[in-house]
Order: sequence, then structure tokens, then C-alpha cells
Amino acid sequence: MKSLVPILTIVGAILLIWVLAVVPMNMHLTADQAQRDGLAVSPETPAERQGYSGLGLSIANPALVGLTYTLDRPRLPSPHQVAGEMWETIALRNITSRQSLVYHGWVTLSATLLGFAIGTTLGILLAVGIVHNRAMDMSVMPWAIASQTIPILALAPMIIVMMGSIGIQGLLPKAVISAYLSFFPVVVGMVKGLRSPDAMQMDLLRTYYASSAQAFWKLRLPASLPYLFASFKIGISAALVGAIVAELPTGARAGFGARMLVGDQYGQPLVTWAALFAAAITAAVLVGLFAAMERLTLRRMGMAQA
Amino acid sequence: MSAENVISAQGLNLTFQTNDGSVHALKDVDLDIRKGDFVSFIGPSGCGKTTFLRCIAGLETPTGGTLSVNGMTPDEARRARAYGYVFQAAGLYPWRTIGGNVKLPLEIMGFSKAEQAERVARVLSLVDLAGFEKKFPWQLSGGMQQRASIARALAFDADILLMDEPFGALDEIVRDHLNEQLLQLWARTEKTIGFVTHSIPEAVYLSTRIVVMSPRPGRITDVIDSPLPKERPLDIRESKEFIEIAHRVREGLRAGHVDD
Repeated sequence: MKSLVPILTIVGAILLIWVLAVVPMNMHLTADQAQRDGLAVSPETPAERQGYSGLGLSIANPALVGLTYTLDRPRLPSPHQVAGEMWETIALRNITSRQSLVYHGWVTLSATLLGFAIGTTLGILLAVGIVHNRAMDMSVMPWAIASQTIPILALAPMIIVMMGSIGIQGLLPKAVISAYLSFFPVVVGMVKGLRSPDAMQMDLLRTYYASSAQAFWKLRLPASLPYLFASFKIGISAALVGAIVAELPTGARAGFGARMLVGDQYGQPLVTWAALFAAAITAAVLVGLFAAMERLTLRRMGMAQA
Repeated sequence: MSAENVISAQGLNLTFQTNDGSVHALKDVDLDIRKGDFVSFIGPSGCGKTTFLRCIAGLETPTGGTLSVNGMTPDEARRARAYGYVFQAAGLYPWRTIGGNVKLPLEIMGFSKAEQAERVARVLSLVDLAGFEKKFPWQLSGGMQQRASIARALAFDADILLMDEPFGALDEIVRDHLNEQLLQLWARTEKTIGFVTHSIPEAVYLSTRIVVMSPRPGRITDVIDSPLPKERPLDIRESKEFIEIAHRVREGLRAGHVDD
């Protein structure tokens, strides 16, 4: 509860900047619209108005300020417009409707979760290999790092097209791109976690003549859990970004990415913004779930000091 | 080698290769440790006392000479689980309770569940930690954690206990108390103990034999058989014999230091 005040302060400041920015951002569009509706606008021709900055035009037309918040297709929608659009598409539509953000959200979320599951499994297996096998240690890590330097925007359409050409469509190609983004933080965190026991801990197990399998299950794996949870939180948000990016370049008809694209192409900024916020909220909820799971697990293991 | 010798080293040498050239960690070390001995290794840092203990444990491999533990090579002895080892830090697993930590070697060595429980209870009461079985390490003081780590080393009943500055990180009051307890424990269990320390009073108070070592190269400069009785109250440290031995240890340490 102590953190509530600073959080609300920041949110309030962001909202204030946003609300203030709406006026100059939308003023040119508002002035054009007002003139068509027969209102007095200065200066009078659109060409002359182009010479003004958004701020300058707002100062010249104080009477139009209120109208900047109610445009159908604003350049920058105001917070209440985005909230209204979200309310309408999340709460008021049947969730099986193509107009429903819940429907689109589930399309993206299912690809995210499948991709995250694939990515984490792959990441953990690679990390175990890297820690136990010198050849893998030397060879896998550079490739894992190189894989992340390729822009996903360039790679995503190729993966979709290639998988499409062998008849795999829909969920799986998107999940592959999610997995591609989410395996990396898991590999890095898990390798660090599995190697976190110090030399003394490893020596202790040698004095017991413990096998490396015993060292893994009794020492390395439990010691790696705090690192793994940190990786999960990065990985799940990366997986969501991956699923959205996978929907963007391929003309997908459903999902957050598809909604953002539709809003952009058909000049419906409210649709884009609502999808953007819905995606951000989804990511926050997913990360929050993993944070809760982390707290619960570490407390049950006795690693968090109650 | 007499049958009584549990640990026997002859002409032991160990040279580490480092980036700055080779380091002679142990040079021509000869030492026999008899069954039931409490042997302390004392000397300044770099004298090889910990290295020698690690050689006995099979954690380091000597580059020359012979070393036998229970009549086997150190590595065979390690595989036979011939010793318990206590490190300077307790090194308890934070995700295991005290009981769970003591159980760790028993799980690895494949003791039955019933026997695990019985042994955990027995060694915890041996180090005065009965009733703390279900506590987590962070709920215990440093001294209690170190006692738990001693219990862990005792749990599988090895005849030899190797201790590498186990009380080095603790304050003097706690250390005195633990020294007293360790002597009682040694009297009850009749184990052979190798104990590394850099505290002269601790070495003299605990040991039946004190091995004084000096650095560069690490070697033994004096071996003192203690005339003190087995029964040792804390105030024995003010007796004439105690002060004489402490003096001899100090002389030995000083002799080893002339080249500094």
C-alpha cells in the first residue's frame, strides 16, 4: 500500500501529459472539421494553417480546444476515448465476435503460451547441456546470442511463409516466433543459476562422492530457481511481443497484432490504441502471475525470509 | 606404516601451476596420524595447511610422495566415504531445513528413510540442536549453523572428521563454547580429527598433537605432542603446561617466518 502513492503520482503525471498533448496533436484535424461544420477558424485556409504548429494553431483558436477530444479519427486519441473503445470491445461484445478484444486477445495469448512453453523447455534443456557438456558450453552460447541479433521483424515473415509452404499454419508458426524470443532469457538465466553454487558447495558434494545427477537434482536445480523465475518474467513478455509481431506482417485476421494493423490501415486509431493497451495489460498480468508464483515458491522453499 | 596409523604421509609434495609460475604448496611433508588423534594444523596463510587437509580428502592431488587414508589412496577413501568434511562456512542449503541439510549426505549415500530420520535426530542432539530440525538456516545464528554443518559431517558415521577453520568466522565467545563442545563430541565419538586453524589457543586447547607449518614452500616445522589431559575444562588455558605449549607453537611459527 505504501507504493500506491508514488505509482498513482506517476500514472497521474503521464495522463496529464497525454491529455495536454491531445490538443496540439489534433488541432489541424479539428480545425478542418470545424470549418466544414461552418465554424469560424483562423487562419481561414488549410494551406495557411499548415504554416502553423499544432500549439500555435491551438492558441489562435481557443474555442476549438474542446473539440480536439471528440474526433472520430484523431491523430492522438484522448485517454477517455481509448478507455471507451476498450470498454466497448472488451465488455460489451460477445467474446466469440470478431469485434471483441477478448477474442483477439485469446488468439494472441494462446500462441504466446504455447510459444513460451516451447521456448522455456528448449531454454532449460540447452542450459542443462551447456552446464554439463564442455562442447555445448563452447558452441551453443555464441549461436544463442547471434540468434537474438537478427531483427525479429525480418525473420517473422520468413518463418510464417516457410512453415506455410509445408502446410503448417495458424497457431504453430506464431508460437515458434514466440519461442524464438523467449528461449534466450531462459538459457542465460538458467545457465547462471545452475552455475550459482560456489566451489565450496561443489567440493562438499565431492566429499560425499555424489554423482553429477545427484548434484543436479539436489544442488544445482534448486539453486537455479530464483534465476529461472527472473527469466520467466522476461521470457513471457518477450513471447507476447513475438506473437504480436508474428501477426503483423502476414495479414493475420485475428489477434492483437491483426487489430493494430487493421486500425492503422483503415485509419481507425482507436482500434490500434485499444489493442496496444490490451496487449500491455495482458503482458503486465502475465508478468504479475509469474511474480506471484515466484513469491509463493520461494517462500515454500524457505528461501524468502517470510 | 603401523596399523594404528589412520593417515600417513611420506615425502608429500604438491606444486600448483599458475600463470605466475609454479607455487610449491607442500614440500616433503611427513606425518602419521594415529587413530583417535586430534591433530591441529597451524600456520600463517599460504603455509599449506588447508591444502594438506584437501589432499587427505582427495580434493587435491599431490604431485609427489605417498599419502594413505585408512590404508587406501585418498581418492579411494573419498569414494568409500571415509571422512566427513567441515568447511569454514556452514554452507547449508537455504531451501532445506536443518534436518533436511543433515539428511543430504544420507540421501546421496542411499540410507533408508527410517535410518535417515534416526541418524538426523541422533547427530542433531550430539551437537545440541535437538528441536531445531524443522527450522530453516536463516532462522539460526552463525554458531548454530556451523554446529548443524558439523552434524551433517557426522551423520554418516565416518571415522575421520576433517575440519577446515570451522570456527574461523565466528566471534571468540561462540568459538570458546564450540571448542568445548567439540572436545566433548570427540570424547564421545572417538573419531580421528584433522583440524586447520590459525588460532594458537584453539590449537593448543583442542589437540593431542599440534602440527606447526610455515609458508613458501609449505612445510612442517614442528610436531608437538600435547601433555594436556583428555579432560579439558576451559580454564586449563591458564595452566602452566598450556602456556608452555602455546609458547612452543609461537616459537615454531616465528622460526618459519624468518625469511619474510
